[in-house]
Amino acid sequence: MKPGILMLLLLLSPFASDAIDSRQFANPEQQEAYETLTSELRCLVCQNQTIADSNAELAADLRRQVQEMLEQGKSREEIVQFMTDRYGDFVLYKPPFKLKTGLLWLGPVVFLLLGLVAVFFVIRQRQPRSQQGFGIPTLPGDKEAAAVTENGQAEKLAKIRRLLDEGDVS
Amino acid sequence: MLKYLLPLILFIVMAIFLAIGLGLKPNEIPSPLLNKTAPAFAAPKLQAPNEKLVTADLKGQVWLFNVWASWCVSCREEHPVLNQLAQQQAVVIIGLNYKDDPAAAKNWLDTLGNPYNVSIMDQDGRIGLDWGVYGVPETFVMDKKGIVRYKHTGPVMPDDVQNVFLPLITQLQAEAP
Repeated sequence: MKPGILMLLLLLSPFASDAIDSRQFANPEQQEAYETLTSELRCLVCQNQTIADSNAELAADLRRQVQEMLEQGKSREEIVQFMTDRYGDFVLYKPPFKLKTGLLWLGPVVFLLLGLVAVFFVIRQRQPRSQQGFGIPTLPGDKEAAAVTENGQAEKLAKIRRLLDEGDVS
Repeated sequence: MLKYLLPLILFIVMAIFLAIGLGLKPNEIPSPLLNKTAPAFAAPKLQAPNEKLVTADLKGQVWLFNVWASWCVSCREEHPVLNQLAQQQAVVIIGLNYKDDPAAAKNWLDTLGNPYNVSIMDQDGRIGLDWGVYGVPETFVMDKKGIVRYKHTGPVMPDDVQNVFLPLITQLQAEAP
């Protein structure tokens, strides 16, 4: 085998790995429900793994429970309810939107808004002074300040033109 | 001024959050069973496998439900504390021998002492699942109506008995059945 192909296959191998113990259902719908459910329920022993990924004994028990309930014809909701009745919302990788989980769901949006506000202020601060003065001057002091900066701008422009006309002499 | 204060304030806020995070115990998941009727079981007794203990048998009593196993390391640490609590005879202690080999479990009780009024067997972990057990040891306190009033995750230490369990048991014993 060419080394390149071997390398590619090695890189792809994590995607090929099967679930820890795959179970067979007669009904493909149940099979699919089993696979989605086990990948949405948290293993409470190794808290950052789903019960589909985990080798822990508890995860095996929970997988068995999901399988049995599916075979009894229980719906997805009934199984999720069964698990949350016993283990709380923590068992779900997708927690329901509640008062308690509000920060969890809205936190990212709040931080995004804070970030946008911060960006807005930073951009405004970085703008050259001359441009800032273009707003409508409302206070008496503003008017004068605007006039001064406009004068300064005109002077600078005149100087630049003069230098350009003279050419680079140095 | 704000330019220098802002990073400082941000730093302090982050430090406070991180400090709170250090004190959190992510292993202690609040039990949804609290203040609900204890899950029912009918399970064979460890010492007399032909007899069954049913939740209804415990009605009208304050009882402790302690999940243990001979393979569980922290249970060994907890065991003398339970023995001492049993000596005080303040409460009925029921053991759930979770996913254990009955012979090893009996041997454990013979050598280390038996604080349990009764231990029931849960070899396939189904009772544990009903109780939301995810780590051994765990200890539940039930009132006279059979309602779960407290859950303790991890080994029960002498401090917990003095500060939490005994005051709660006294309070529950005083309640009407």
